[in-house]
Amino acid sequence: MNSTSPAVEMKDIVIEFPGVLANDHVNLTLQEGEIHALLGENGAGKSTLMNALAGLYKPASGTIRVRGELVSFNSPRDAILKGIGMVHQHFMLVPTQTVTENILLGLNEPRFVMSLNKFDQKILDLEEKYGLFVDPTTKIWQLSVGEQQRVEILKTLYRGANILIMDEPTAVLSPREIDELMETMRSMTDQGKSIIFITHKLGEVVDIADRVTVLRKGVVTAEGESMKGVTKKDLAQRMVGREVIFTVERESHELGDVVMEMTDVSALNNRGLPALKDVSLSVRSGEILGIAGVGGNGQSELAEVITGLRKCSGKIFIQGEEISNQPPIKAINRGVSHIPEDRTAVGTAPSLSLTDNTIMKGYKKHPIGDGWRINFQVAQKHTSKLKDKYNIIAPSVNTPAGKLSGGNLQKLILAREINCEPRFLVAMQPTRGLDVGAIEDIRALLLEQRSHGAAILLISEELEEVLSLSDRIAVISEGKIMGIVDSEDVDIDKIGMMMAGMQEIRE
Amino acid sequence: MNFEIILHAGIATGSVLLFAAIGEILTERSGILNLGVEGMMLLGAMAGFGTSLATNSAWLGVAVAVLAGGLLSLAHGLVTIHFQADQVVSGLSLTFLGTGLALVLGEGLTGQTPPLLLDYNIPVLQSIPFLGPALFQDHGLLVYAGYLLTPFTWFYIQKTRPGMHLRAVGEKPAAADTLGVNVYGLRYLYVFVGGCLAGLSGALISLSVSPGWYSSQTTSGQGWIAIALVIFAQWNPFRAALGGYLFGMLRRLILDLQGPRLLFGLVNPLYVNSNYSFFLIMTPYILTIIALIFGSRAIAKKRAGSPSALGIPYIRGERGQ
Amino acid sequence: MAFRIRTEQRVEVPKWLPTATSIGSVIIAFILGGVIFKIVGGKPLQALSFFYQAVFGNWGVFSDTLVKATPLIIIGVACAVAFKMRLWNIGAEGQFYAGAFGASLVVLVPLVPLDSPKVLVIGMMMLMGMIFGGIWGFIPGYLKAKYKVNEIITTLMLNYIIINWNNFWIFDQWSDRGFQMTATFDRVAWLPRLADYAKEVKAFSGVTLHLGVIFGIIAAIIVWWIFRYSRWGYEIKLIGDNPNAARYAGIDISKNIILVMAFSGALAGLAGMSEISGVVHRLQESISPGYGFTGIIVAWLAKLNPFTIIPVSVLFAGLIVAGREIQPTGLSFLLQGIILFLLISSDVLIRYKIRLVRVDKETE
Repeated sequence: MNSTSPAVEMKDIVIEFPGVLANDHVNLTLQEGEIHALLGENGAGKSTLMNALAGLYKPASGTIRVRGELVSFNSPRDAILKGIGMVHQHFMLVPTQTVTENILLGLNEPRFVMSLNKFDQKILDLEEKYGLFVDPTTKIWQLSVGEQQRVEILKTLYRGANILIMDEPTAVLSPREIDELMETMRSMTDQGKSIIFITHKLGEVVDIADRVTVLRKGVVTAEGESMKGVTKKDLAQRMVGREVIFTVERESHELGDVVMEMTDVSALNNRGLPALKDVSLSVRSGEILGIAGVGGNGQSELAEVITGLRKCSGKIFIQGEEISNQPPIKAINRGVSHIPEDRTAVGTAPSLSLTDNTIMKGYKKHPIGDGWRINFQVAQKHTSKLKDKYNIIAPSVNTPAGKLSGGNLQKLILAREINCEPRFLVAMQPTRGLDVGAIEDIRALLLEQRSHGAAILLISEELEEVLSLSDRIAVISEGKIMGIVDSEDVDIDKIGMMMAGMQEIRE
Repeated sequence: MNFEIILHAGIATGSVLLFAAIGEILTERSGILNLGVEGMMLLGAMAGFGTSLATNSAWLGVAVAVLAGGLLSLAHGLVTIHFQADQVVSGLSLTFLGTGLALVLGEGLTGQTPPLLLDYNIPVLQSIPFLGPALFQDHGLLVYAGYLLTPFTWFYIQKTRPGMHLRAVGEKPAAADTLGVNVYGLRYLYVFVGGCLAGLSGALISLSVSPGWYSSQTTSGQGWIAIALVIFAQWNPFRAALGGYLFGMLRRLILDLQGPRLLFGLVNPLYVNSNYSFFLIMTPYILTIIALIFGSRAIAKKRAGSPSALGIPYIRGERGQ
Repeated sequence: MAFRIRTEQRVEVPKWLPTATSIGSVIIAFILGGVIFKIVGGKPLQALSFFYQAVFGNWGVFSDTLVKATPLIIIGVACAVAFKMRLWNIGAEGQFYAGAFGASLVVLVPLVPLDSPKVLVIGMMMLMGMIFGGIWGFIPGYLKAKYKVNEIITTLMLNYIIINWNNFWIFDQWSDRGFQMTATFDRVAWLPRLADYAKEVKAFSGVTLHLGVIFGIIAAIIVWWIFRYSRWGYEIKLIGDNPNAARYAGIDISKNIILVMAFSGALAGLAGMSEISGVVHRLQESISPGYGFTGIIVAWLAKLNPFTIIPVSVLFAGLIVAGREIQPTGLSFLLQGIILFLLISSDVLIRYKIRLVRVDKETE
């Protein structure tokens, strides 16, 4: 309302999901014309907070003011009317339509017939103004990811947004595209727009932001601090926090032979972009190799190429036998177990019973497998044994897996994957979203496998988890291994820097 | 065998497929697969025939047929859009429901003679040599309407704002939803429109193309062919029209090929033995499968064709709500 | 003060609920059907008792009902196998005709001398019926696995193709004195009927029930066993429930698509064989009043449980029998449609709790 009011002022925002306090009295103030970074780990509550500002969620309590005016949004449309536009992390674009059509979607113009030429020109003018170049007549599917993102931005600008929320805009971009995006963001703020920039990459915050708000587990740990004089180290500490590291007894022992070896492995992600770049790793019997890194830097693809779920170039050997580009059954038969990233979409069959789910990998092996048939009596006994041993809480072994809580589901998967005494175990985010008790159980189980001589590849976004469990730690960034360090002489800051994409620190 | 006659008959019978297929294109473009075309068509045929008989007005019959098809389709809409039921199973139930309703309500209509839709000539155009008599003479108004419906539907889908919203809802409903497009509302609308057009094509059969009420033989599987035509046409009204007319001509050709003793100077095997025509009757279905094989590869390559959200219920939001 | 309907996801599904909704759907369908019947001027209660008489009235008519139930059981089981993997085989009708054709070859070529023992002829007919039905299922399976061609349309198109193929042979090569049917098969190719034993058991006289019903029961048992105890059944269930998990577990999905379609087709083919060998005793034009489609509903109503398919088939066979007897003929179709519609709608009750909640003004 008056010129001194900030563009957005969010105060004491509380948002709750069943069982999770996603935002706990969060404050955020966006000044006119600034780029404000919202920094935090995955699950810290950044997107939730911004979805409230974009009208997708309604906070349980707290107030939102836009230029001093108290607002209450019931739908994205209300937010758009107040000049707030959100560039979603997963693009909300219709692939078979042209750029212009996507931008005009949902508007009341043109009335009926799409004389697109006129609008193409209008959009070209807009592109000119902000340096966001993309051919308005091209269909979305023909555009690169970076170009698609420009269309998302143009969509908000065309609707007259002057407050832009960009949800992890760099997550899907190549370094060159990131540079271009940064330029665009500057040109937008130069012309009076205000931007909230959600990210978990420290470097970008330092490069572009005027001020930063850091969230950790739903709580603000830095509120709108000026970027002047702030170092990456500071930010890393605020973002990750120094939590109590679980005291896990990790006895040292002799390592055995190399179990898994991969050389120069490269792979594409689902969008067809390079996700792994010449990765070479080896893991020995009795060793845990931890992969540290910010989410989305090639970790999922790494787990998938080893387990045969994704094609790759380069070679992967398990105990000397090549398993790269073979069907998944090959890896399974060579003793590779896999705790997948997505427990429900990949790891289990939700409407099948606990028993059906525990025998998923071993249903062909005696005594559960018996020629053509499966001995379900044995399978049930086996399952109830696992249920007791791993403390899986469920009414019975016939309960559908989909009815289990996240922690119990994860224990079920773990029970299945380690009970067959794997030679090599890929554990992807084994403790994500679990409570402390379950986390401890699962970590203890991993260490037990290690002392049984299994080779383990532990992929986790929880740095603290990687640090406390691994014998060696490899840091991955943008699909490349930035360095491998021994866990004995580890420096948390050094690892944080490598996670941010820097090979070696020079202070 | 006279090509002009084949063309003329093909246009008339093809129009039946045309209306049903275009209706299904609109429905599927919005992301809903409705396999109940056969049922809606049969109900339309019965409703049109019965109404015409009762009111002495063929056009009132057409109107009631359109409404009957549309109303029946709303059952499919409710179950698939709001209850998120499986669209395949729901479509099959709709076939049964429509067929059953038509047979029960149409009891006793066989052999009756209601007023039918009249045939007209189009002045000027009918005097075009060769094509004039085939395309613009002795057809019902609905057949002529089909000529207009095809380009109009194409234009509507590709070049208008509501058409753009239709495509968006079928391709990426979440994108449309975030920009304030009413996904559920539009899906209901196009399920209804698809039903209306299927009803219309039913009335076209019973009141014009092959007049009469022969219970389930009235449509004899043409609803299913219309659905295949949609995939074959890759959701393009022009290709659907072309396919429909070709299909219609093929049906006529099959009858006509049996006439002459000589074919291209050779002995006509069909004249010798008319039973070879069964292989001719098969060809459109075989061609459909072959077209689907190539179509599926093209779809995979070009990302064109099948609306991406086809058959997937839209549920807003992921977390919490 | 206003009320609003609110839906909540159910955490626990009461055990009785799915069965209750199935039975409820059938009952409500009968009531709705009765209302419609009343509207068009029929007498629903009278029709119901007539229905009962025509279907279950005495051994003779009940055996007719069971004869109609036989192909439904086999096809219902065939569909259940495919649906379990979420493969939409709606070509059971065509696979039924293909099976009938294959079985006819045995007699009409003939593939075995017709003075062979009955066991050999019947066994050969079963084999050929299943092979031809299997081929008719294999084609769409292969096209789906290899080229990702939509199986709904291919199975449907194959229905029309095989019907015309059969027609050619009926009208031409195998036509019996110009009639649109083959000559009656030699008795050696007939499935044994209860009536054949009228001499021994008087009550069997005129009872048309044939051995095919045993095929149906055996098919149900086998498929039940496959689902319940076999490795393959386990793979089918896993792919059907979560294909990603199945791939992760090392299962070859393409191979299973082809296998399941061929197996489903083979069973439907067996139904075709049973029908011509047990009932029609020749190949002719309309050997099926839409068994292939009714079988889909049967499988669905039975929630893909092979044993439940048997009573459900008897109920639907009753509808078909009654459909011939009572006017109007479409009533059975209508009831089938309403039952299926109510059934899939009632799934909402299983997935969600539906509550009436009061809406306060302030919270809007």
